[in-house]
Amino acid sequence: MNQPVNQTEIKRAILEQQTADARKKMILNGVLLAILLVAPFVMYPVFLMKILCFALFAVAFNLLFGFTGLLSFGHAAFLAAGGYTTGYLLSNFPGLTTEMGIVAGTLVATLLGLAFAVLSIRRQGIYFAMVTLALSQLVFFFFVQSEFTGGEDGMHGIPRGQLFGVVNLESNLNMYYFVLAVFIACYILVQRIVSSPYGQVLRSIKQNEARAVSLGYNVNRYKMLAFVISAALAGLAGSMKSVVFQLASLNDAHWHMSGEVILMTLVGGMGTLLGPVVGATFVVNIEYQLSQGPLRDWVDFILGGIFILTVLAFRSGIVGEIQKFMKKNLG
Amino acid sequence: MSMILGVPVAVLSGQLLIGIINGAFYALLSLGLAVIFGLLKIINFAHGAMYMLGAMATVIMFDMLGLNYWVALFVAPVLVGVFGMLIEYFLLRRISGQDHIYSLLLTFGAALMIQGVLTNIYGVSGLRYAMPDAFKGGMNLGFMFLPYYRAWVIAIALVVCFGTWFMIEKTKLGAYLRAGTEDAQLMQGFGINVPLLVSLTYGFGVMLAAFAGVLAAPIYSVTPVMGSHILIVVFAVVVIGGMGSIAGAIVTGILMGIIEGLTKTFYPPASSAVIFLVMVVVLMFRPTGLFGKEA
Repeated sequence: MNQPVNQTEIKRAILEQQTADARKKMILNGVLLAILLVAPFVMYPVFLMKILCFALFAVAFNLLFGFTGLLSFGHAAFLAAGGYTTGYLLSNFPGLTTEMGIVAGTLVATLLGLAFAVLSIRRQGIYFAMVTLALSQLVFFFFVQSEFTGGEDGMHGIPRGQLFGVVNLESNLNMYYFVLAVFIACYILVQRIVSSPYGQVLRSIKQNEARAVSLGYNVNRYKMLAFVISAALAGLAGSMKSVVFQLASLNDAHWHMSGEVILMTLVGGMGTLLGPVVGATFVVNIEYQLSQGPLRDWVDFILGGIFILTVLAFRSGIVGEIQKFMKKNLG
Repeated sequence: MSMILGVPVAVLSGQLLIGIINGAFYALLSLGLAVIFGLLKIINFAHGAMYMLGAMATVIMFDMLGLNYWVALFVAPVLVGVFGMLIEYFLLRRISGQDHIYSLLLTFGAALMIQGVLTNIYGVSGLRYAMPDAFKGGMNLGFMFLPYYRAWVIAIALVVCFGTWFMIEKTKLGAYLRAGTEDAQLMQGFGINVPLLVSLTYGFGVMLAAFAGVLAAPIYSVTPVMGSHILIVVFAVVVIGGMGSIAGAIVTGILMGIIEGLTKTFYPPASSAVIFLVMVVVLMFRPTGLFGKEA
């Protein structure tokens, strides 16, 4: 009767492997967290916050694109909706504390996401991309025409205010740790969603929607929830961005922003957790570095080139390629 | 002066004319998109850039070589068409057969690059292109004044649109094209060079965009970003018409131009958004678009 022994041994080996993997991941996450905690003493906090806001935006987008397989070309609408709502409330109602403004901005983006989802979720693939693009353009024109957004000039001088009425966010360091905390919370949330049974269904929809349907899942409802969560997190990113920069502008609503978040996700590695974060860091840095140097007029050209290169050659992105390399060479 | 709903007839018909002109451009552009999408299943995000290239080429050829409007009307679309075929050959072909989303991303990158280069050379302010002498002036229709050039744009756009529709839906070449997209392997087996057919189709769709660009040069401001503005509107037109429907793209294009013109007369603030509003309404009741088949 060797078999039972063998099986327990195999199980134990698998378990050990899993704990080893988990330990490695924990060490990696710990190191990243330590870096993020020390970073504002080494680098300019506002620049770091910019990266964090875009990273959150890309993480939100990736939940939909990378894990569910839905390419939305309209995510700029949620970023802008969050930003404008928070900016408007904080500018006009001094009684509100900062987090109330941010929550309100996120809520508006969530509702907008629900509206988008209702109209677009039955469409597939590129149809879905075109419909979301056109819907976001509708939102863009709404923001252009509305008086409260300041039109082409944008919304300036949004007060950062007091967090919970206690913590002064005018200090860049306080602001940074607040943004970092929100970012980490959202990152963990997305991690939990992706590894939950619900996340498994999302993945199965991405891999083979027809099979998911035949297994009895109401695919559209799963997709819709993913869309709404993604919109909410994108809105949260926009809300925080408007508080950090004390500015909300039409740039955030323009369809180029929707393209940029696709680029971030794709370059970093879609369908991986860390990918969008790496991608956002990469793109924000490249844009910043280029704008400082002699190539400042060529930013769009270079971004376009990166787009093409990624699609043709590195489709799994930076993180995806590293994972592949590790798997191949390190067992 | 006679009025309709509180708007003078001259104003209304003037806006209507502008609407029909814009509609002619929407029709030409969405037709090209529909050809490329319907036959190749490529979402051509570079379509706006190709339209812009057509217009820029017209201006540049005139300034540097003195080539007039009539020459440009043929040469610019051919040049842009060849350029499009190069993009198809070197880039799009590598991702054929994969998820269509990658074609969207690839052409988006290409559009960014094309627009980036031209913005660096010519800036974002408009270039000027003189109206060809043959089109100076216009005729009085009694209730409104019709400039000759606008009449020409409407006429030639309709001819080209109808010709394209006829070629794809009614001729043998069109039948090959449609069959090639239905089952490329089988067509290849029948001795038809399908990759060449794909290149030619993409080139042709892009030519239509460039042709619209040449038509636009004398009346719109010619800038490197002119394509990115109109592109999204044209996407909406294609969605409303039903993606891949050739006739749908033409009819919807002109219809949307007219609706936009009317909105400008009666409620100007909504004029740039009205097409997207129409799209939302159409999607609620007919998710496949007005002329689309179930996808």
